[in-house]
Amino acid sequence: MLREVSDQQHGAIALFVGTVRSVNEGREVKAIEYTAYESMAEREMSAVLSEAEQQHAGVVLAAEHRIGLLEVGEASIAIAAAHAHRGQALDALRYAIDEIKNRAPIWKREMYADGSESWVDPTHTAAR
Amino acid sequence: MLITVRFFASYADNLGLKNTEVTLADGASITDLLSSVAKLPGASSLPTNPLVAVNQVYASPETRLSPGDEVALIPPVAGG
Repeated sequence: MLREVSDQQHGAIALFVGTVRSVNEGREVKAIEYTAYESMAEREMSAVLSEAEQQHAGVVLAAEHRIGLLEVGEASIAIAAAHAHRGQALDALRYAIDEIKNRAPIWKREMYADGSESWVDPTHTAAR
Repeated sequence: MLITVRFFASYADNLGLKNTEVTLADGASITDLLSSVAKLPGASSLPTNPLVAVNQVYASPETRLSPGDEVALIPPVAGG
């Protein structure tokens, strides 16, 4: 992904990697199963990257989201943003991760240490 | 007209169903489709006004449907 966005004109490449955290809402998490409405998620992620590139002229972005079963510590999402200067790269990256989290139709089912499971509903928790 | 409806994550679990097809009158809207979905077994656990997408694009309750459209009911998203 870094190669995808790198260019001799770009003096800055910002990278965001989201990983599976071991604790959520006070519960010990063992793994997360991600599912998606894949065709729409791809479309929505592309739309977000285009918006970020329009808002920050000269920025080039790439993003990938994994689906399936991921264990604690594994990466679920990565986004790279490159620009001539760091300010634009970081701003575009921030926009992209926030909007992808808000809009891409992707869901996670957390599997806890005690054997129970539940769908994560960010509208019912403080974790944003 | 025939509309394909897709369910995901908690909604699919609640309904025990990932896809279905519903027949609606020509000119029907998302609101009409949701009334039809509300009659499915298990639908009482779904919100009255869930997020919806028509052909992979977020849509409002007033959106008119066309034959062959794919409508998805989108539970609160949690990617990242």
